[in-house]
Amino acid sequence: MIFTIAAKELRSLFGSPLAWIILAVLELIMAYLFLSEIDRFLEVQPQLTQLAAPPGITEIIVAPLFASASIVLLMVVPMLSMRLIAEERRNRTLSLLFSAPVSMSEIVLGKFLGLLFFLSVVVGLSALMALSLLLGGKLDLGLLATNLAGITLLCASFAALGLYISSLTAQPVVAAIGTLGALLGLWVINLTGSDPNSALGYLSLLKHFESFNRGLLNTTDLAYYALFITTFLVLAVRRLDQDRLRG
Amino acid sequence: MNSQTESLTVSAKGLFRSYGPRVAVRDVSFELRKGEVLGFLGPNGAGKSTTMQMLTGNLAPTAGSVEICGIDLMDKPKAAKAMIGYLPETPPLYRELSVDEYLRLAARLHQVKGSEIGAAVEQAKRRCGLSEVGKRLIGTLSKGFQQRVGIAQAIVHNPDVVILDEPTVGLDPIQIREIRGLIRELGGNHSVILSTHILPEVESVCDRVQIMHDGQLVYSDTIAGLQQFRQGHSLVIGLRAPPALPELSASSGVSGVEPISETQFRIHFDPENNPTDSLVRASVERGWNLYQLSPSQTSLEDVFVQLTQREDHGKNEVQP
Repeated sequence: MIFTIAAKELRSLFGSPLAWIILAVLELIMAYLFLSEIDRFLEVQPQLTQLAAPPGITEIIVAPLFASASIVLLMVVPMLSMRLIAEERRNRTLSLLFSAPVSMSEIVLGKFLGLLFFLSVVVGLSALMALSLLLGGKLDLGLLATNLAGITLLCASFAALGLYISSLTAQPVVAAIGTLGALLGLWVINLTGSDPNSALGYLSLLKHFESFNRGLLNTTDLAYYALFITTFLVLAVRRLDQDRLRG
Repeated sequence: MNSQTESLTVSAKGLFRSYGPRVAVRDVSFELRKGEVLGFLGPNGAGKSTTMQMLTGNLAPTAGSVEICGIDLMDKPKAAKAMIGYLPETPPLYRELSVDEYLRLAARLHQVKGSEIGAAVEQAKRRCGLSEVGKRLIGTLSKGFQQRVGIAQAIVHNPDVVILDEPTVGLDPIQIREIRGLIRELGGNHSVILSTHILPEVESVCDRVQIMHDGQLVYSDTIAGLQQFRQGHSLVIGLRAPPALPELSASSGVSGVEPISETQFRIHFDPENNPTDSLVRASVERGWNLYQLSPSQTSLEDVFVQLTQREDHGKNEVQP
């Protein structure tokens, strides 16, 4: 059931020009970022050779690329997640799912996985970009893997929050703005926190990505993302249940 | 369990639903057996749609219980919902999917086995006259076709109970006739509940009728009962040379006379003592020049007025 709903979400996404445009624009931006990182690397390359233990191309090119990708995705995910439930509510199509023998958690998980699959296409394409460096050099595959894991978890968190906010309203645009606001807020918390270990800073989505970005696989960060995703998915399930109870 | 309770497909007991302080449905109880077609009749805002949403698990009742084929909808929602096909007031159509894709999705969501999906979709399309438009996007179809896709969606998994909320809205007369034929056909081996505010529709397809007003069931009977009810106890008589009113009302069985025009009168009478015969004889004997005599059938509005004014008349109707 979950996969039936996920497949439907993907079909709807790819059936609309929005998804293709977002994919194209994202690729364009990522490619530009990638090329500028390579450019920077070529500039500093002569100096690197003089160092005793110079950083590899993975650290210089791939890590900053994924750091930028995290910000770009923060802007893009709200546009994809906005329609998940809000649009169904506006078009009154939710009753198809509600009257089918499907539980609310299956509906929410299906929609979440559908969006996640789409986002993993974006992440996968960036990974291919990074892997293309293998043509001319050596990559630190471990660092690449933690970066991929981190960005996937980050995307999943964005998607979970977006899904929840989409379940609050019947207006996709309101959901998009709400999600963007919430995500930006969670990012800014990190910037303003003067003390890096303050409680506010701890809430930041992107701060937890930093260790993945550096190649650290930290249980705290894994737990943070797992909790974040679960919380918002549960909230979304509860919100849908409210529809049934309150009408 | 005896055979009578086994054939019970829908059983609603004491359904209440309130939105905040406003009570939309109060104390609705009814039962439906296999093969029956039940018509829900009522003015807009009477609580028909709310009741149907509760029967299909789209809305939780404030109080009361619903059983589908003996399975409680609250306790085992999945098992109960698998036996229901539901067409809401607004058909839940994904405009970006084609008819085939959409019906396949509906079949899969309703747990039709993978190997049977193709056949189920074909059958639903054939029954609803959609065979020609399978490849088209739902968004490009006309309102009538979209409505039919909505009905196809409700029957694709061959459910025991089919619940249709105003299925013929927006259709042209030919399509309405086709859909009514389809509903009658469904009534053969499924139970069907449909809501409408068109009385002839109920009379042409339903076995039983329930009238709702202000969230309450105010009337529940078979179609024959409703027709009798509508027949009423009055007739219209036209006389070219009418006598004085007291002379008319003196005829046996006449309980009241109400002039409609110079030559037309509405005669009220006791149900046991129909005065038609004596009026005709009197007209011939006394030269009233009879030119019209018809039993007056009460209109749907009259039925509503009769049924609803029993309790209260000053109360304003509220929209959901």
